[in-house]
Amino acid sequence: MNFNSITQIFIITWMNLRNIPQRLGTSAVAVFGVACVVGVFTGVLSMAAGFERTMRNAGSPDTAIVLRAGATSEMSSGLDYETTQQVANLPGVAKDEVGTISSAELFVVVDIAKRATNSSANVPLRGVQPEAFKVRHTFKIIEGRNFEPGKNELIVGRGAQKQFANLDVGAKIKLGQTEWNVVGLFESGGGVAESELWCDAKILQAAYRRGNSFQTIRLQLTSPAALKELKSAIAADPKFNLDVQLESEYLAAQSEPLSKFIKIVGYPLAILMAIGAIFGAINTMYTSVSSRTREIATLRAIGFGALPVAISTLVESLVLSFLGGIIGSIVVYLVFNGYTVSTLNFASFSQVVFDFAVTPQLLIQGVIFAAVIGFIGGIFPAFRAAYLPVAAALREV
Amino acid sequence: MYYLFFIVKNLGRKKTRTILTILSILVAFLLFGLLRCLSVAFDAGAEIAGEDRLITINKVTLIQPLPYSYLSKVRALEGVENVTMANWFGGYYQEKKNEFPQFPVDGDTYFDIYKEMYTLPAEQMAAWKSDRVGVVIGRALAQKFNWKVGDRIPLVGMFAQKNGGTTWEFVIKGIYDAKEKRADTGMMFMHYDYFDKSRQFGEGTLGWLIIKVKNPAQADQVASAIDALFVNSFSETKTSSEKDFAKSFAKQFADIGLITTLILSAVFFTMLLVAGNTMAQSFRERIPEVAILKTLGFSDAMVMFLVLAEAFVVVLCGGAAGLAVAAKVIAILSDKFAANLPGLHFSMAILLDGLMAMLLLGLLTGIIPAIQGLRLSIVAALRRR
Repeated sequence: MNFNSITQIFIITWMNLRNIPQRLGTSAVAVFGVACVVGVFTGVLSMAAGFERTMRNAGSPDTAIVLRAGATSEMSSGLDYETTQQVANLPGVAKDEVGTISSAELFVVVDIAKRATNSSANVPLRGVQPEAFKVRHTFKIIEGRNFEPGKNELIVGRGAQKQFANLDVGAKIKLGQTEWNVVGLFESGGGVAESELWCDAKILQAAYRRGNSFQTIRLQLTSPAALKELKSAIAADPKFNLDVQLESEYLAAQSEPLSKFIKIVGYPLAILMAIGAIFGAINTMYTSVSSRTREIATLRAIGFGALPVAISTLVESLVLSFLGGIIGSIVVYLVFNGYTVSTLNFASFSQVVFDFAVTPQLLIQGVIFAAVIGFIGGIFPAFRAAYLPVAAALREV
Repeated sequence: MYYLFFIVKNLGRKKTRTILTILSILVAFLLFGLLRCLSVAFDAGAEIAGEDRLITINKVTLIQPLPYSYLSKVRALEGVENVTMANWFGGYYQEKKNEFPQFPVDGDTYFDIYKEMYTLPAEQMAAWKSDRVGVVIGRALAQKFNWKVGDRIPLVGMFAQKNGGTTWEFVIKGIYDAKEKRADTGMMFMHYDYFDKSRQFGEGTLGWLIIKVKNPAQADQVASAIDALFVNSFSETKTSSEKDFAKSFAKQFADIGLITTLILSAVFFTMLLVAGNTMAQSFRERIPEVAILKTLGFSDAMVMFLVLAEAFVVVLCGGAAGLAVAAKVIAILSDKFAANLPGLHFSMAILLDGLMAMLLLGLLTGIIPAIQGLRLSIVAALRRR
């Protein structure tokens, strides 16, 4: 390609783009179509991204979680008191002046209505030991105060408070025969703990007739590498029948089925919609070429090459799709980013509250997607423009 | 017939454009079919739930057990025809990802209450009852893992046995089938008695009660009577119809209906614009011809009808093809996911919904050019050239 044909490409493309207002209707349809596709694509995947973010934000690299061997979630695990004591004193577990930094916990669900729909939801209720707040570095009370050990007091995660009814600080809530006072609101780095209600483990044991048993124990490791040490200590003792893993790994596994499900539905959905939009885009560009038949033929007659004409058509298609992609992304970002929802995570059989996360990565994916639609939509009409029989076209009306 | 030929000829004039429009409508209706099936499948549990069945759970939550004594107390209530119970087992086969629903039940009463949904051959029932560690499984589950009667199945459960182990070994004694097409055949049932005596904790409790009432019209009264029976006890109950129970459980997951409606609205709005724009354009190109038709004596109404009919032909072609592809895809998927999503199938109702959507889309895309055709003045139109 020589310098001349590059100039030609610029001239024709610029002319094309300036003429778009004359084909406003068709062009707007193409833009809108791409915007919708990119919007749905980004919207659905931002759900998966938000869910994963919530599940992963919680785990810190030096927190380990111990479950009964084979348990698929905290709900299906069970540990007796002696085991939790022995595990906490194994090598690799961090200590401070009070003792080992570990929290044996109970995890149950309670039936509370969703604020928006008033339908019942499995809200997670966690009974924790005092060290729980040291194991979770990001934990912070943001309203009210922490619960006092030995009292029927609850503190509520930020997400749970938003989604479920009657969990404001100061509220009283009756679960079974026990009445609880909501005394505080907490956050925990945007993690899954914010979907939960917390109380004193001893009180929960009594309320749920769990004797002195627990379900899991969370441990602060002396360093991320200490996991190995802890693992071999547990494996060495035949009386333990336990699984130990990093909390972050545990949560990643818990989030997998649901985010996989969203993606399995989301990607084919987006691809089908894109195919529909490609048909729309091809139609638009054919119309654009046919309405410019005489113009193109004239250009060819006065010496413009076939390639610049083809490229200008392709560029027009790309520009329209880009525009659509950007509009779709912006709308989804404005409408959905940070929108809070909750769903039942089957892995833990409890509700997880999360925000839609329209991440920069998703936005870039969306725009690339738009470009692909524009390219496929433009390439065939571009060929037609290039191979237009000049003499016949000039005669057309 | 004559007019149809005329319409088809007109559509054939710009073949590429017509085909592309039909294809984009095809995609829209394919999505329509798939998403509607998915959304219906999620609510299928509620759809096929019996009018005469109630579910009683612990008021605190579904996972909190009830005392076993509740079973006979509820059975004694007036208006109750039969009662059965079930419990969680929550196990998996070999790997954690192989989780599927398992319930310790009382076989006789359970299969009696669900007799219009499931069938189990009498000799398999007898064989199951005579084996403590026997289980029966659904057809879809049997297909998923390739299990047959007589196979020994070790499951890792969430309940520990008396010896502390969590691996339970069962023997398949029967395979039940669904009488109602959408019923769930992805489950496994074991003997509650064996389960209860073998578990380390929680002996003498059950997960939930399933009640069959004598008269469906009195279901509400019976439900209130059950809850009143246990009010102020340590384990208060919440009784609801099986339908409401299934609905509220589906809602816990997500409002799938709302999400699919939102996506489909976006798809259809786009299609409306794409198809409508194409129709409008092909009409504009043919204005002089329309004027000639009118000159030849075609009435205004006839011209309007022809333009509108063209829109309908395009939408119906694309729509019918789209729904046909969707039905085919669903047929393949429903075999594959029979154990996970038993309600997945392409129903008559979805087909009718699709037809309605086609008619509406045809009307909306054709109406503007059709009215333009109706009002077209011959003189003005002929001069435009």
